Amino acid sequence: MDTIMEATKVSFSYDEAPEAPLVLDDISLTVRQGEFLAVLGHNGSGKSTLAKHFNAILLPQKGRVVVGGMDTADEEKLYDIRQTVGMVFQNPDNQIVATIVEEDVAFALENMGVPPAEIRRRVDDALRSVGMYEYREHAPHQLSGGQKQRIAIAGIIAMRPRCIVLDEPTAMLDPRGRAEVMKTLRELNREHGITIALITHYMDEAAQCDRVVVVDRGKLLMDGLPREVFSRVEELKAVGLDVPQVTELMHSLRRAGLPVREDIITEEECAEELCRLLGKGGTA
Amino acid sequence: MTAIRTEHLTHTYSPNTPFQKVAVEDVSIAIEEGEYVGVIGHTGSGKSTLIQHLNGLLAPTSGKVFIGEEDLWADKAKLRSFRFAVGLVFQYPEYQLFGETVYSDIAFGPTNMGLTPDEVDSRVRQAARFVGLTEEKLQKSPFELSGGQKRRVAIAGVLAMDPRVLILDEPTAGLDPKGRDKILGEIREYHQEKKNTILLVSHSMEDIAKNATMALVMNQARLFCYDRVEEVFGRGEELSRMGLAVPQVSRVFLSLAKRGIPIDPRVYTVEAARDEIIRCVKEGRQGK
Repeated sequence: MDTIMEATKVSFSYDEAPEAPLVLDDISLTVRQGEFLAVLGHNGSGKSTLAKHFNAILLPQKGRVVVGGMDTADEEKLYDIRQTVGMVFQNPDNQIVATIVEEDVAFALENMGVPPAEIRRRVDDALRSVGMYEYREHAPHQLSGGQKQRIAIAGIIAMRPRCIVLDEPTAMLDPRGRAEVMKTLRELNREHGITIALITHYMDEAAQCDRVVVVDRGKLLMDGLPREVFSRVEELKAVGLDVPQVTELMHSLRRAGLPVREDIITEEECAEELCRLLGKGGTA
Repeated sequence: MTAIRTEHLTHTYSPNTPFQKVAVEDVSIAIEEGEYVGVIGHTGSGKSTLIQHLNGLLAPTSGKVFIGEEDLWADKAKLRSFRFAVGLVFQYPEYQLFGETVYSDIAFGPTNMGLTPDEVDSRVRQAARFVGLTEEKLQKSPFELSGGQKRRVAIAGVLAMDPRVLILDEPTAGLDPKGRDKILGEIREYHQEKKNTILLVSHSMEDIAKNATMALVMNQARLFCYDRVEEVFGRGEELSRMGLAVPQVSRVFLSLAKRGIPIDPRVYTVEAARDEIIRCVKEGRQGK
């Protein structure tokens, strides 16, 4: 697979004094086209700062970030970079600009000079894919936080970027809203090949991704399949993170001396394993 | 004694307009003093509208709200005192900070209550202690603090009014697991020490399972149930159908029980699940 985003030995500090603490400390990360990547890390770990480097909101003080073959430090490419990598933030109130839902989703397209008929089609598609089509003529301030976030995601989807970076997009959503957003992201990833980089605190969301990276103190601490990363229960807890409940259950059963697998991350696997343990052979 | 009671509470937004919406419909509930209540419901279920009635931020379209034995809306002159009695911490309360220092921000509420400077001072320090803010932080500008710390300042500002009922609307939204556990731990200690009534609105059933004694579930503007936590979580399938996130281990145990494994499906924490599995394994061995 082609590389879509690549950070090479990136260091960054919000304070320019030489002794200021580094938020990103010589970090390197390669994301391939078509990946569905989860980025984990506690608040202050540097994961949001890293995300902002991928569409040139922040520029590295040391090192280099390349997006779709473009160096983010190249100012002339700024529009192309932002169109290649769309970003969705945690708080939808800071992302909504228009007074009518469909106008908000159309905002970027109008700026990009997309023909009106094409705008209409893309806006409708984007709103349907986030389950907000019936709200297209509502005012955003009348919507709940979760609904507003789906509008913000629709605004990005409408631009048809190659990659979407989402910084805790589900933090304000209820379980149904979270599930809908995750389903939308999976469809965008599988059916349209859009690369997704999802920053989240929800371990069950990370467990649904293809790859999980853990950022701690501005460095890459872990990088692997969800199953590999989550089996490192103690290390994750040591950096203030959780594991899915089913993984934790297996871990605590093993510590109690029971012979169960430790690389379990889904409910189905957990149920099968417990059936086996309790002597029902996992069928019936 | 009852801390808060509603009688046939109904609230309609934008009545007589095309956007008319019944957000809360015929809710009657009595919350006893000293309970720790988890409030659950998906977006649009009416839970935020409901809690905004409990300190008079919203007035019922019909029905009544009682604080203790007093009708909240019987005498508008008393409304102010009810707002001191029922403290409400909104979602993302850190956006509401305005004081020049952390101290002055926390002191705002108790000062408005007309307390003496000495009383205000002791309230501020006690509230700061509950949320783990150090003396040094009190003199800083709230805007110099991290997100989690700002949220603690905002919560302390409500605690400092020493409300009889404390309502928190998703106090852990957006925090990482460590920050979430810390704030919930602080609220738990506050509850144990003060023995007041707490309503915690949360989408996380795990958080409610670990903290609350009672659970209040709203669904489509109506009260679905108000009962002890274990009873409510025992209705896992109904909750799932409402779009609520039943804890992972509960779902696993429900599926095990359906396959005929003799297991108690009413677990919702990892610890209880572990103990139940160990019990089952031991019984299986004895049976052989």
